[in-house]
Amino acid sequence: MTALTLLPFFPLFSFLILIIFSKRLNWQLATVIALSGVGLSFLASVLLINDLYAVSQSSDISAGVRESLWTWFMLGEHEVQVAFFLDPLSAVMIAVVTGVGWLIHGFAAAYMREDENYSRFMAYMNLFICAMLILVLADNLVLLYLGWEGVGLCSFLLIGFWYQEPGNAIAARKAFIVTRIGDTLLALGLFYLFLETNTLNIQEILAQQDSSPLSSEAAWWIALLLLGGAVGKSAQLPLHTWLPDAMAGPTPVSALIHAATMVTAGVYLIARMQGVYLQAPDILNLVAWTGSLTLLIAGIAALAQEDIKRVLAYSTMSQIGYMMLGLGAGANVAAITHLMTHAFFKALLFLTAGAIILAAHHQQNIFHMGGLLKRMPLISILFVIGIAALIAFPGTSGFVSKEAIIGQLWQSPTAGPAFWWMAILGAFITSLYSFRLVFITFFGQYRGQHELHPQRHFLLLVPLCMLAVLAILGGYIPTNLEQVFVAVDAPDSQSPSWLHSVAIGLPLVAIVVAYVIYFPRANATEPVPGKGSLYRFSRNGLGFDATYDALLVKPFVKLAKLNRHDAIDLLVQLISWNAFTWNSAAKAIQSGRLRWYAATLGIGTIILLLGVML
Amino acid sequence: MIDIPITHVFMISALLFCVGFIGVLARRNTLFMLMSLEVMLNAVGLAFVGAGSLWQEADGQIMFILILTLAAAEVAIGLALLIRMQHQRHNVDVDGLSQLRG
Repeated sequence: MTALTLLPFFPLFSFLILIIFSKRLNWQLATVIALSGVGLSFLASVLLINDLYAVSQSSDISAGVRESLWTWFMLGEHEVQVAFFLDPLSAVMIAVVTGVGWLIHGFAAAYMREDENYSRFMAYMNLFICAMLILVLADNLVLLYLGWEGVGLCSFLLIGFWYQEPGNAIAARKAFIVTRIGDTLLALGLFYLFLETNTLNIQEILAQQDSSPLSSEAAWWIALLLLGGAVGKSAQLPLHTWLPDAMAGPTPVSALIHAATMVTAGVYLIARMQGVYLQAPDILNLVAWTGSLTLLIAGIAALAQEDIKRVLAYSTMSQIGYMMLGLGAGANVAAITHLMTHAFFKALLFLTAGAIILAAHHQQNIFHMGGLLKRMPLISILFVIGIAALIAFPGTSGFVSKEAIIGQLWQSPTAGPAFWWMAILGAFITSLYSFRLVFITFFGQYRGQHELHPQRHFLLLVPLCMLAVLAILGGYIPTNLEQVFVAVDAPDSQSPSWLHSVAIGLPLVAIVVAYVIYFPRANATEPVPGKGSLYRFSRNGLGFDATYDALLVKPFVKLAKLNRHDAIDLLVQLISWNAFTWNSAAKAIQSGRLRWYAATLGIGTIILLLGVML
Repeated sequence: MIDIPITHVFMISALLFCVGFIGVLARRNTLFMLMSLEVMLNAVGLAFVGAGSLWQEADGQIMFILILTLAAAEVAIGLALLIRMQHQRHNVDVDGLSQLRG
């Protein structure tokens, strides 16, 4: 199967062409190159998934397809290969990455049309797709780490794409540095894993868990360190602070990287290493805690945001929190399904938000919007479809996956009723902030200063419509994920019969609450952002940024200032001081006077002669 | 032929060398410096000839001829430079040529 070996390299080729010829390409040519790179990958992944599906139909247990390219390097006795592995889990991931990525590329082509660095933008997007495909297809953890760092790099490049604005460059740096903490933990986890199992091949590690499992202490540490990496990349507590600032990038970037694909890499990692996590139930419990706390905190922060993209960023964190919670509770299939459906509806939400921002002349404050339903009806309806999927409105894709997660929480051995309540509360908050956003943005009077100019390019609208279809129906795509995951046996306890109706009903109650609080009425004044200190606290992300600033950044800067004239520096300065001193001494001798030179020559000769004679 | 003691030859030679050297140091006029250099060269030449006659070898005189050739070449270049100097600066004061100071 050559399609598998070529799959990640199509976007790499188009990246190379775009970056080499960058400004010599006009818009049409660059668009064709960028879209065909990702499009070919998408076609290849459709073919591959079709084959995989056929194979899994014919045999009971699918081992997946492995394709080795070449040996990368030797690690002692262990051979690290550049090899790709496709099973239902990575199949879901490549389908999401290439499929959603392709639609977002199409949208981005229209969105970034006027930008002078258009080719560079599309090149970075292609490079991102390539790195993400390497991440999800990697057969061993070293190659996975390559993709992991690759997506981090692309994220940095794209957040800071408009680097002329200092704020964007700061946001890019912040994302890079914060995720770097997670990456370091992940690297440490890989070292420990190699030390214990003497291999980094994922399938070998997982196979070893049956015959000779890790010691419980080793499994505990490895699972914890891998979780650290996942937490950094997936913007979970406590390393989540970079994601809201990452919205400084162009909107298609937010859709592709910071909502649909890259931030789910942590979820993928934990799902992939499920065999290791099953050895450490404590850490699975911690995963569930991380997810549930993140989904609550992000939801509360989203309630007070004024920037449309920041609302969506916090909602992304919260939805990834659901995925983490699902993984922690052993609901792996539901969590990965939610990953997929979330990619559909969050990409849709971000892209429609991008269309609104484009029409509103890069105005992102929802309090300067309002009344958009009448002015941009198509975009508004698409946005509301996305919101419906986000709050798990019955019948949408989000409903299928989120209810599947919530439904397994109550009985799960590593979660339990407390987590169920947190997830339900999170769903309530999700619904509340979603409809706050909808009511303030789309209803009432238009409050912007500039006239709206909705764009009607087909590349802008076609991806949106396709994503809307996926957001509604995407939950019914067959995934075959049950083959990948070991089923966690739940104790056969009875769960109360009211669970499902509460889980379905509460988000709908929240819509009514949001209507009462936020709906702009005809006779009322314009909606304004809140003024209270609680509101401000919540808008600033519940003080995490301020805490980190006070605890880490400020002391570091102070220390750096203190240490500006440090001892080691003095040692280095001694060398330069030495050179300077001798230079000025030698300079004084070189007067340019010939007779003076002759006299010193004579004196020197006399001294020499005297020295010889005496 | 009267035998001249070798020490006398060397004393004359050293004296001439010192006179020449002091001339190089004391004069600011480049022409006189060149002339003083000639005196120094000839002092060395005298020492060679004296030494050659002491050991009855031709080497001393060969060295003197070598020095003579060298002096001729040196004067040729020196005078050419002197003419350029006079042409450009309208004087031949060697202290004026200190632009190369570091």
